[in-house]
Amino acid sequence: MKFIFGIVGLLLTGLVANAQLKLPAGFKAVTVLSDFGSVRHIAVAPNGVVFIHLGKLKDGKGIYRLQDTNGDGKPDKIFAFGDFPGTGMAIRDGYLYASSDEEVFRYKLDADAKVVNPTHPEKIVTGLLARGEHQPKAITLDYSGNLYVNIGAYSNACQLQDRTKGSPGQMPCPILDSAGGIWQFKDDVPNQTYGDDHRYATGLRNVVGLDWNRQTNTLFVMQHGRDQLSYLYPQYWNDKQSAELPAECMYELHKGSNCGYPYIFYDQFQHKQVLGPEYGGDGKKEPSEHYQDPILAFPGHLAPDGLLFYTGDQFPARYKNGAFIAFHGSWNRAPEPQQGFYVVFVPFENGKPTGKWEVFADNFAGGPDKMSPSKAEHRPCGLAQGPDGSIYVTDDNRNGGVWKISYHK
Amino acid sequence: MKTLLLSSALAFGFMSLTSKSVAPTQSSIKASITRGKQVYLQQCLACHQVDASGVPNMNPPLIKTKQVLGDRTALIKIVLNGLRGVDIDGDSYNGVMAPHPDLTDQEIADVLTYVRHSFGNKASAVTAAQVRMVRAKNKPAN
Repeated sequence: MKFIFGIVGLLLTGLVANAQLKLPAGFKAVTVLSDFGSVRHIAVAPNGVVFIHLGKLKDGKGIYRLQDTNGDGKPDKIFAFGDFPGTGMAIRDGYLYASSDEEVFRYKLDADAKVVNPTHPEKIVTGLLARGEHQPKAITLDYSGNLYVNIGAYSNACQLQDRTKGSPGQMPCPILDSAGGIWQFKDDVPNQTYGDDHRYATGLRNVVGLDWNRQTNTLFVMQHGRDQLSYLYPQYWNDKQSAELPAECMYELHKGSNCGYPYIFYDQFQHKQVLGPEYGGDGKKEPSEHYQDPILAFPGHLAPDGLLFYTGDQFPARYKNGAFIAFHGSWNRAPEPQQGFYVVFVPFENGKPTGKWEVFADNFAGGPDKMSPSKAEHRPCGLAQGPDGSIYVTDDNRNGGVWKISYHK
Repeated sequence: MKTLLLSSALAFGFMSLTSKSVAPTQSSIKASITRGKQVYLQQCLACHQVDASGVPNMNPPLIKTKQVLGDRTALIKIVLNGLRGVDIDGDSYNGVMAPHPDLTDQEIADVLTYVRHSFGNKASAVTAAQVRMVRAKNKPAN
């Protein structure tokens, strides 16, 4: 009987997967969780137990532990904890790290990846600004005891009056002292907050996808570029140009990196940094101060919400040490058609992107007529790698879930 | 009889005059919708989207929400003063809407009339006179 259920289950999951995600030959996606909730970021323990963080509480809880004990690919033991919604979710050295929009907590895990004290996590970081716009605190960790937290700028381009025609850019931008960058904290010291020593990189508008690259031993981030060039400055950009600009940029960060927000943005067609229009730019003028260049530039507004360096052995060799990026899908291309709603793969060689990238998993939206943020059936957000070398992709739509993508020869 | 007729005619004339200034005619509403669509394309579409369906968690939809269909004064104030964060039916939207005091009374009336007659919405028109009254008493939050 169990066997028959198993077969039916396999058939069902196979059908669901094949009907939705389009993948390269040899790859298969199975639905781990569907119609569940707004699943933001995800982390997988060494024993394969999955933790997800929800953007909105479900039954009063924000974090769900998913365990598949019978190996059918579906979680049969689900445990909910954490009374705060949020985005950040990461595991390092026996601890689960989770962020609300103001704080970062950690929970001790036992050898079975069970949460030792689900009601009393340690508060590692506290008091971070959350002012609505770009407030999710995406996190990652390195392998030498540091936690990295994105604090997004609570503004589009640091205008005196946000997103308002004719309002000038503030010089210097006062947001940057406490947001618009990546902050670095010790991963085991309680109650850390702002302080000069903690700011790791600045001039980043908002980062949701970030990951530590073990090959280069550096932090890589995906910036969400600014919005509304043609709306705010129709004299310099038309809607078509504004749909593509600015580039969504990948940066390799080091302590002290400054990527130039809000004073500049990167124009991927001119291959250069241009001065922001709020600071005297006209789409061509270059800034007098040169900021750090992106290591790779993607089309505008695709909204990179997940970044994962692949270190597994399951996928073909060309994927090793390359980057997967979950592009949530655009909204700021209107009235031009929206784009994204896919996971791309960026091949790396010797710690550098080769310059090319390709769509890896497509059709999250569910068809060309659903390529809009409100109509898309699914919007990819978080990425994680499992111990077997499969990768997980989350969907943070209201009724989102989780897929597991594996490679079979 | 003559007096009665005259006073009825006067009363009728007066009524149609007042009704003209309070409730616009079908043809004036139609013209307002046409003009309002142009305002929508320039001012609203970038965030609220072509079909007014908005962006989940960021920019609220303008489809059958209580803000769109409800009190006109509150709605006019949203356009004049902008908005930072709103909850609709248990979903929060964190996008930032710029204030639009630069739009004329007529433009605000037109765009709101357009929105209240489009995307499946059905609600009364908004007139320039109403916008003028709200603007006169309006004190922006900041």
